[in-house]
Amino acid sequence: MERMEQMSKNTKADSAVIEAVGLRKSYGTLEVLKGLDLSLDRGEVVALIGPSGSGKSTFIRCLNMMEVPTGGTIRFRQKPVGKQFRDKGEEIGIGTLRRHVGMVFQHFNLFPHKTVLQNVTEGPIVVCNRPKREAEEVAMDLLAQVGLAEKHAAYPNHLSGGQKQRVAIARALAMQPEVLLLDEVTSALDPELVGEVLAVIRKLAEEGMTMAIVTHEMAFAADVASRVLFLDQGVIAETGSAEEVILNPQNPRLQGFVARFKG
Amino acid sequence: MNYTWDFHSVWQYWDLFLWGLWITVVYTFGSILFGIVIGFATCAARLSGSRLLGGIARVYQEIFRCTPLLVQLLWFYYAFPLLIGGSIDNRVAAMLTLSLYVGAFYAEIFRGAIVSIDRGQREAAAAIGMSSWQSMNRIILPQAMKRALPSFINQSVIQFKNTSLVSVISVADLAYMAAVVNGQTYRPLESYTLMAGLYIAMLLPLTQAADWVERRLRVSD
Repeated sequence: MERMEQMSKNTKADSAVIEAVGLRKSYGTLEVLKGLDLSLDRGEVVALIGPSGSGKSTFIRCLNMMEVPTGGTIRFRQKPVGKQFRDKGEEIGIGTLRRHVGMVFQHFNLFPHKTVLQNVTEGPIVVCNRPKREAEEVAMDLLAQVGLAEKHAAYPNHLSGGQKQRVAIARALAMQPEVLLLDEVTSALDPELVGEVLAVIRKLAEEGMTMAIVTHEMAFAADVASRVLFLDQGVIAETGSAEEVILNPQNPRLQGFVARFKG
Repeated sequence: MNYTWDFHSVWQYWDLFLWGLWITVVYTFGSILFGIVIGFATCAARLSGSRLLGGIARVYQEIFRCTPLLVQLLWFYYAFPLLIGGSIDNRVAAMLTLSLYVGAFYAEIFRGAIVSIDRGQREAAAAIGMSSWQSMNRIILPQAMKRALPSFINQSVIQFKNTSLVSVISVADLAYMAAVVNGQTYRPLESYTLMAGLYIAMLLPLTQAADWVERRLRVSD
């Protein structure tokens, strides 16, 4: 019964950009995800919160097949995603999925041998075969949006953590993604640098970018997310608006979790 | 010691030394080139994920890393022809052995550098839709090759010196020529000192360059 209710809350198949259906992931005998369902509508911002080890990072990494799920399916534009790189019949390939679903990582993972501008143009030029000049124009525009246009010729090791993460966001945006996955993007930053990155994400949310955000920033999640999922021990333990989940939690484990982070 | 140095008698044979040096350079750089190809292929096999290919590559590497080069040269020149029921030109045997020997070490240098690149780099490349081929060529290899460069140069310097062993199967390299000149002049001190001097003259710039490269890489990291 509970499971059915959760399904109806998290799955609205017809309008979804990306969906996870009955998603499972095991490492050996350790089951990290125990059948999760999620559906993201266009323009929706979903925050995933939960204690460490709850599976929220694994879950978001399954959405672009960075981790290959051991059960269940990912659907993109209502079509199932296969395990192969290229599209095959009805199935969408991993390569296609990732061209449309961007990801930003906790540790930035900028390419250290490329300049800021080259980091941003790499995907459009290499993956999408865009002309270099066009890709550079778009990239400069994106760098201006994240406030780093003047750093375009710098190498990543000359940037602060916050600047690196903003470049990483620009790099993901350069692919013109339909969905952006943010995996604890402020967790590796010095506290005083968190704000500049959150501001960029908040602006994206206002512009209507579809996002799934794994975060420990409760206030930010409450502010920016249209829906909050609380993951605990590999299942979605509670889901609802930010108001319901963060400001007025019902589940006792969630109450404890939120209280700790608000503190 | 009141030895009277007489480089003059040895110097008459300068053309032999020069020719020997040329042969040493040819075998060194020839085997380095072949070795790079073999090394990359072996490294690719090791990283392919195929147990068969990886296993074959592994066996090859261990055989060539765990036997002395001198033993390999003797085996390829004297034993291998019996196995295939023919004969093998000593120059072919020398180039083949040197290349296989250095290739086994290069493969390990390349592989070590590639796996040392942070997993996040591969993930970031994958996340913007790159195929594993694109990710390897554009993201992983450029960083890995930079990291491998000091070890690669170091191994190549060793290779330059190792080439002297081909003289035992009568390839007329610098070491062989020095022995020839010694046989003619009975001047071992001069013959072999000149040979050593020529090796130093060739290798000192290389080791200095290696140090310089290493310092530069450390700064840019």
